Amino acid sequence: MADRAFSTARLPGFSAIAIFVFVALYLPLLMLVFYSFNSGKAIGVWEGFSLDWYGTAWANDAVKAATLRSFGIALTASIISTIVAVMAALGTTRRRAFRGQTFIYMMINQPLMVPEIVTAVALLIFFAWIKVNTGYQGIGYIVVAHSAFCIPFAYLPIRARLEGMDRTLETAAADLYATPWQVFYRVTFPLLLPGIIAGMMLAFVTSLDDVVITLFVKSAGQETLPTYMLGQIRRSVSTEIYAISTVLLALTVAMLTAFFLLTRKKD
Amino acid sequence: MSPAEETQIAQSARNGWLLATPSLIILALAAVGPLLIVLVYSFLAPGEYGNVEWMFSIDGWRGILWTKDIFDEGKFILADAHLTIFWRSVKLSLMTTAFTFAVGFPTAWFIATRSPRSRTMWLFLITIPFWTNLLIRTFAINEVIRNEGLLNTILLKIGVITQPINMIYTDGAVFVGMTYVYLPLMVLPLFAAIDRFDMRLLEAAYDLYAGRWQVLRRVILPIVRPGIVAGSILVFVPALGAYVTPRILGGGKNMMIGNFIELQFGQGRDWPLGASLSILLLIVVTAALLLYVRITGRESAHG
Repeated sequence: MADRAFSTARLPGFSAIAIFVFVALYLPLLMLVFYSFNSGKAIGVWEGFSLDWYGTAWANDAVKAATLRSFGIALTASIISTIVAVMAALGTTRRRAFRGQTFIYMMINQPLMVPEIVTAVALLIFFAWIKVNTGYQGIGYIVVAHSAFCIPFAYLPIRARLEGMDRTLETAAADLYATPWQVFYRVTFPLLLPGIIAGMMLAFVTSLDDVVITLFVKSAGQETLPTYMLGQIRRSVSTEIYAISTVLLALTVAMLTAFFLLTRKKD
Repeated sequence: MSPAEETQIAQSARNGWLLATPSLIILALAAVGPLLIVLVYSFLAPGEYGNVEWMFSIDGWRGILWTKDIFDEGKFILADAHLTIFWRSVKLSLMTTAFTFAVGFPTAWFIATRSPRSRTMWLFLITIPFWTNLLIRTFAINEVIRNEGLLNTILLKIGVITQPINMIYTDGAVFVGMTYVYLPLMVLPLFAAIDRFDMRLLEAAYDLYAGRWQVLRRVILPIVRPGIVAGSILVFVPALGAYVTPRILGGGKNMMIGNFIELQFGQGRDWPLGASLSILLLIVVTAALLLYVRITGRESAHG
């Protein structure tokens, strides 16, 4: 039966197109990885294996500062957005629908729907006004902006995990005289943890990847890795960007693999 | 409804709101609230060195289509340059949507018809580019197609061409780049729809003497339509608001609306125009999303 369905499901040319798509998706990325280990500068000319570009990138103070700043922002923003997303998920999942619940969903998912450039411009205007009135020029603006657009990415996996959870365990704990806080801390939280870690990782990657909003919100001297790279691409392209891209790519693959393992349904 | 139930609902609502409050505060502060300020700014007069003058003006909105005649004070003429940018944005976004569907549908079909084990692997392979930094993916395309890039270097070396082909900084380059970066957004919802598709329908159609083309057009496509709509919206919306890809691959000349908005807050120094363009983009995107909700809502209601 399954075999027959499989053969009728074959459509001419589809597999060929699909393979082409996968090759086209990966070839440019693999090219970046490959030439990041090239000792020469020109692309398309292999001059032997070396780690020079990684050394050059790390020796560059601008890259080092931007890397540390990016990771600092991503870590802070992902922690903040995950904490508030856990609370929001607990408040909007597995309880009787209440007035305003749709409004809360819309608010939380709003960053997914508004074009980034529009949010970026909005924050530019708003923060420029605050900067003039308070004189504060710090990194806080980027952190707040990132925390906001990371919320839906943290919220969705946490909510999915909550919805799949067995409520009777919590009822059982409450029946055994656990206080509501104990129920959360000893039962709900451990069960929810894979969802929380998954949400936090998505938030982290989202923050680390952001270019547009950061570009508009940052003050002078607050380059993150992506805004630094964008500036470099504008000028003559240096192969050190290949090395940076490869590291970021490896990080994404590692995080995604972990995410898949965490959210995989046990059969 | 019993009083006990009513208290339960009231309590549920109170706790729900309470727990959602921290999220709502952050979002109001750094996402939704500032959009309202943009709306206000779109009705103010431009300041001399950027920013705004606090007086009511519709110059920002008028500036979307009309520009002051430099020869005749007080007269307005149609802004051709703006229309070119809007047309390019819409055209490239539609082309990107159409082409990602044309190659994304066979890809999604291919993944959905694998055995359960290898299906996970193929899906994972689509997900990696999806989560890879958009800047890196655009940069990768940049490195393939620029004049000293991989493609030209190889073609020169094997002697197919003697002069590098100029591909970068054209509309075509932006189209290729957007297709590349947004393709996973098309494949994933298409896969979800095809995955639910009952393959036995194919046997039924073939038993009733349908040809392959008929099966595709009359059976498969109508059933997976919600996935097609979802994928198209997911590609069209970010493509229309694209900033990074046209900036890198289009250069300064081949602007899309996202770059045009940025220009107003940079060299253009016309914040009200930038604000009204942002609101306009937001309206178009919201309309597309509402259309999506209506179409998919109607379909689930019927079937």
